[in-house]
Amino acid sequence: MAVPPASKPLPSRHHKEEARRRFLRSALGAGVVLGVSALGYLPVAGASQHRLRPPGALEEDDFLASCIKCGQCVQVCPVEALKLADMVDGYGIGAPYIAPRDQACDFSCDAAQCILACPTGALTYTKPSHMAARGAMRMPGPPILLAKEKDPEPTLNLKERMGVARLARPDLCLARQGKGHKGGAREAGFPGLLRFMDVDRWRPIPLNDHPFDLALCDLCVRACPIKDAISLEKDGDGRMTPVVHEACVGCGVCEMVCPTEPAAIVIDARKGWRA
Amino acid sequence: MLRGMRESLRLLLGGEPHRPEPGEFSEEARHIHELKRVEGGARHELKLLKTQDAKESHKWRNRRWIALILANVLFLVSYKLDIQILEGSLSASRLLGFHFIDLNSALQVMLAHKHIIVNLLIGTLTIFVFWVLFGGRAFCSWLCPYHLLAEWTEKLHLYLARKKIVKDHVFHRGMRTLLWVLFALLALATGYTVFEAISPTGILSRALIYGPGLALLWVLLLLAFEVFYSRRFWCRYFCPIGLTYGAVGLITPLHVAYRVENCFHEGDCQKVCLVPHVLSCVIKGRATDARMEIGADCTRCGLCVDVCKSDALKFEVKGLSKWL
Repeated sequence: MAVPPASKPLPSRHHKEEARRRFLRSALGAGVVLGVSALGYLPVAGASQHRLRPPGALEEDDFLASCIKCGQCVQVCPVEALKLADMVDGYGIGAPYIAPRDQACDFSCDAAQCILACPTGALTYTKPSHMAARGAMRMPGPPILLAKEKDPEPTLNLKERMGVARLARPDLCLARQGKGHKGGAREAGFPGLLRFMDVDRWRPIPLNDHPFDLALCDLCVRACPIKDAISLEKDGDGRMTPVVHEACVGCGVCEMVCPTEPAAIVIDARKGWRA
Repeated sequence: MLRGMRESLRLLLGGEPHRPEPGEFSEEARHIHELKRVEGGARHELKLLKTQDAKESHKWRNRRWIALILANVLFLVSYKLDIQILEGSLSASRLLGFHFIDLNSALQVMLAHKHIIVNLLIGTLTIFVFWVLFGGRAFCSWLCPYHLLAEWTEKLHLYLARKKIVKDHVFHRGMRTLLWVLFALLALATGYTVFEAISPTGILSRALIYGPGLALLWVLLLLAFEVFYSRRFWCRYFCPIGLTYGAVGLITPLHVAYRVENCFHEGDCQKVCLVPHVLSCVIKGRATDARMEIGADCTRCGLCVDVCKSDALKFEVKGLSKWL
């Protein structure tokens, strides 16, 4: 076995130099890590992301603070409407959102399973009093789920809305043009799911597996899972127009089923009711 | 015992190990050190005798890799096959319905949100008890997916270092304590779980279960930094999760125990160790007791146990070892 050479004590100048370098390196390293984590603030500060949050979500600041980014809500959703945000969302990374045009929340879980799955109360039926939602977010009464209308308890136990639907592009709306719709609601290959009570009470099916033949398009009204949330009414100019009512919870089904491209009706995420 | 815990905490927070004072040695330890000095040559013979048949062992490493991979894959399988055994990801999950919540994530949420619901508390306490039983930072080496990737890329770093292509740069371990405090203050002050935005553990766990995303680029950057600049930089010097679980490790009964009598002071254990400062007692003349417990910063990865051919380092559970 080789005998290690007798170690000479390092010249103290060299020693000090290395200690100094290590200190600088460490401070710089910690600074960079903190700096990168501070970048997470940018998307939030820019408020560029108006994500539609799952039902029962606390107001955005409280939601981001309390969400532990585990994705248990994602796992229980039968239509996989919930997605987890990537790093472009800054501190919203790993937090769930709904992209309603791709896959809306159609409440085919009959309740809000995501709320039940949440371990931290970021999604909750009953918000703590000091975290109350804005007044305009509050529902006028518990929303009635059409699928459960004949049950003894037909309501969704939601006290606040997720957002609210709005006819954003009236010119595109088929009903307003007096047009009907034939075939699948969306373009070929669209993967979104929806529960149709007349097809299967318990299982959502691909939206496009259910063709329509409508003389006047009323897809947003007929697909809406909530009672009295939207109806077709004659406008001042005599044209049939979808009208959103206060019972709208902002689930996004109307936006998903709207056959025009882009959708004529959209959800204003996290917006309250304006009479 | 209290002195041992204080020393363990000091090293955990970033202190450097130092040579014990003459008064700190137990009678037995002093006796063993003295014997070793006297028997120098004879012990060399003994060592050859004891270690010549010993084969290279990867027993604990293999067990650990299997456990780590199985646990992480169970999250994925549970979700994809909808068998609901382990739902969620590493930050929070349900094992057969029981809430499990990662201590560091829970801390961030509690500080940012300032409101603690019952399920959060239950899950956090459950995981606290779990890691008290299973050895604190064992979380790092037995469960954290980043640890496994870093362990693999470390081999690349060591290869390049042997070829003199790269050089390891040491950081101050106190940085981890500093970052832990700063991230706690940031969560408290901003109301955002700031650390979660960059936690490679959370990012990797979610990527594995819910699909990859851009955030993996940050993880790749960290790994590249470890390969080309500083060996195991993240786990060694920076990750606050390690400090959280290290604190749990202060009171766990599960340790690597060191017996100076069996030791030939070859130093292989320190070479393979992620946190070699916890093994300073293996240096000749440093052990103050005949049996020493390796401190809280130890990740219980077992690499030192595998590499030690003379059984000087072994896993032990306090109070149970008699019965095992």
